[in-house]
Amino acid sequence: MLKLKVNNIEIEVEEGLTVLQACEKAGVEIPRFCYHEKLSIAGNCRMCLVEMEKSPKPIASCAMPVAEGMNIKTNTKFVEKARKGVMEFLLANHPLDCPVCDQGGECDLQDQSMFYGIDKSRYKENKRSVPEKNMGPLIKTQMTRCIHCTRCVRFATEVAGVPELGAIGRGEDMQITTYLEQSMQSELSANVVDLCPVGALTSKPYVFEARPWELKKTETIDVMDAIGSNIRVDTYGWEVKRVLPRINEDINEEWISDKTRYACDGLLNQRLDTPYIKYNKKFEKASWSEVYEIIKSKLQNTDKEKICGITGDLTNMDTLYVFKEFFNKTLGSNNIESRSDHTYLNADKRENYLFNSSINGIENSDFIFLIGSNPRYEATILNARIRKAYLQNRMQIVSLNDVGDLTYPYKSLNGEIQKIKDITDGNHEISSLITNAKRPMIIFGQSVFKSHNARFIFETLKSYLIKKGKISNEWNSLNIISDNASTVGSFDLGIYKTNDGSNEVLKNLENHKYEIVYLLGQDNLKFEKQNEFIIYQGSHGDKGAEIADIILPGAAYTEQNGYYTNLEGKLQKAYKASYPPGDAKEDWQIINELAEIMNHRKLFNDKEELDSSLTNQINLLIEKNNMKDFSQIDNTDFTKEILKVNHIDYYYSNVIARASKTMFECKNSKINFKSTGTEG
Amino acid sequence: MSLRRPYKNQPEKFEFNSDSLKAAQLIIEKYPKGKQQSAVMALLYIAQKQNDNWIPLAAMKYIAKFLSMPYIKVYEVATFYTMYNLAPVGKYFVQVCTTTPCMIRGAYNLVEACKEKISENENELSKNKECSWMEVECLGACVNAPMLQINDDYYEDLDKEKTLKILDEILSGKKPKPGSYRGRLNNEPENNRKTLLDVKNA
Repeated sequence: MLKLKVNNIEIEVEEGLTVLQACEKAGVEIPRFCYHEKLSIAGNCRMCLVEMEKSPKPIASCAMPVAEGMNIKTNTKFVEKARKGVMEFLLANHPLDCPVCDQGGECDLQDQSMFYGIDKSRYKENKRSVPEKNMGPLIKTQMTRCIHCTRCVRFATEVAGVPELGAIGRGEDMQITTYLEQSMQSELSANVVDLCPVGALTSKPYVFEARPWELKKTETIDVMDAIGSNIRVDTYGWEVKRVLPRINEDINEEWISDKTRYACDGLLNQRLDTPYIKYNKKFEKASWSEVYEIIKSKLQNTDKEKICGITGDLTNMDTLYVFKEFFNKTLGSNNIESRSDHTYLNADKRENYLFNSSINGIENSDFIFLIGSNPRYEATILNARIRKAYLQNRMQIVSLNDVGDLTYPYKSLNGEIQKIKDITDGNHEISSLITNAKRPMIIFGQSVFKSHNARFIFETLKSYLIKKGKISNEWNSLNIISDNASTVGSFDLGIYKTNDGSNEVLKNLENHKYEIVYLLGQDNLKFEKQNEFIIYQGSHGDKGAEIADIILPGAAYTEQNGYYTNLEGKLQKAYKASYPPGDAKEDWQIINELAEIMNHRKLFNDKEELDSSLTNQINLLIEKNNMKDFSQIDNTDFTKEILKVNHIDYYYSNVIARASKTMFECKNSKINFKSTGTEG
Repeated sequence: MSLRRPYKNQPEKFEFNSDSLKAAQLIIEKYPKGKQQSAVMALLYIAQKQNDNWIPLAAMKYIAKFLSMPYIKVYEVATFYTMYNLAPVGKYFVQVCTTTPCMIRGAYNLVEACKEKISENENELSKNKECSWMEVECLGACVNAPMLQINDDYYEDLDKEKTLKILDEILSGKKPKPGSYRGRLNNEPENNRKTLLDVKNA
């Protein structure tokens, strides 16, 4: 520990901190533009100048390491003059176009010039102008406003792992650009918009939409992938204007993926705002009571074994819970399923479908083995964390398949399932890598569970890990990247029907054994409709609604309160930021009302009762789960096969993204992208 | 025409010839393994020399792959330093020093000669596309002012007529003799030594 003084306050800090961090610990705020906690130190904006005793010049506090006995002053005339001087230079070439700038109201430069700047400019010469740059469909540039803090360049190189941004030219001619103005090829690219302290990089889809002070801000949870990134949803009236990241060091740190951020315009398009009934292959508007009556008579006149329900990828746990109660209690049926593919599931123990090492745990890991996974597209934020861990620890990463650029180097095997057999028999170099590693991580992607040999791959590797003591209370090396935001929640609530891990409901559905199919926000089914009567409840007119006979308009994730469990098994609550459009209702309400009409009794009196019942259920499950041991499955048959990693249509993976214009543009820009060589 | 931004008509391909390759390998060997990126500046210069005094984008890509570094990093370096030309300057690249000592000794006469013989403006190719000129800051040969540099050679103690002659030769494809054009050896005093006469090897 080092002792130093900041404005005559004595503090003790650890070695290796910078003066700026020490000042923050002492409660003194230092203005800054280029410094950012998550990025390397550049020290080029000079805004953080402070006075240090015995130094004739002011020092850049962000780049100066603390030393014993330093005496830092930040409130002297000397510092004030330095800050004013720096601010004057920064503003010399900055256009004062705040009234037409999208950053206005939340601009670091604007705020800090109010605090530390002077009221008029002495600069009489012409300001420089810099041509706009093309950075793809998400980032709008106005490079005249750039103050060359290079945060975006450092983000692209360090966090995103796509060194495509750079500063070209020198002095007054310096410009920030992508290589030959191609769009940035990263799923994290739009984070540079948040990082930019001025209005040089702003959000293209959000351009001239609203001012920050007009927006209602709701802190909630993202559902675009299973990570459960913490987000803030900004709404203006009904419309969701934008989505911003919220800091959660355990999950998404400060970043969110482009899909999380920009799929939100899909909440405005293709919405179902009133109930529909299909007559003669044409949808006609109907009232709630009409559709409820039809559903009631249909359900009552059908054998309960001929009814099935399939839940969707974005559904919150409250809805899932009501849905399950509806099927179990009101209908007396067990035919509910949340998997839309023939994926293998062993839900004996919760650890079998969780990312057990946790996202934070990645940073402590010393060996990572990816099986059938492309984390870059399956879980973008998680991939960024692996990259961060790699840069810190340089641990070895091996993937069973070659899945292209993951932004960090890895060794790839040829994908043969025989390799798994070799590893578990101890006949492969990876066996020793796993056993010698203190905290190995075995990460299963969804492609594993979709393959024919899913059972073999998963169970043999799991028993191998248990045998080698890699699954214990201190460290659990078994990690599964879940498919969707609702996957873990559905499994926790028991929305699956299986004996041997296969998807029985889907099998029966494909053999046309059901007469009534209730799709709850499920749009990813690949099945040919015959005589089934399909009820679709959801927010968007997509594949599910297309095949439906009755459509019940529900709410999207920003329009209702509800719980989601992320891939680590963390229960998080998403809050209502907007309300469902038109006659649409919150999903739990629809099912609750339907139950009332069927049985003259509501399942739950109100949302509170539902919430407390749900959380009880989950707590009970976790308690039970902790008592259980892993079940032993010794079936080591497998067919010779090369495991394929399924192509993921990243920008088109769910109904909201499919309804989004921005995602469509992203997809196109990806297709039109010419390979530059930086990709690997 | 600016030499600081990539030229419009870029060649499709660039590759080091055997001489350049040898020179590049020599440079890379100087750096520890894994730090070969440090050679980027020298390699850009080698590429510039091989490609008639300018660096096309293809060369930057080639060097980036050669040193396994991102394109943008090479691009940054190439656009930062003023001695890398990013647009064609001709096989003979004439740089006229116009800093104070040369200016006082008549550097602008040399500039006039260049304007007459090569092109009206700086950084503009001559009619035969083989030559261009530009004003530069001090080239460190003030003792022999005024002077100009053509590719790697210095031509010193010039006036307008001598410059015209040199340029004539260059434009007709010959290589004029470098050095002083008033018969001096290096920068010895004119009309013999006047000081330190008693020191033998001074």
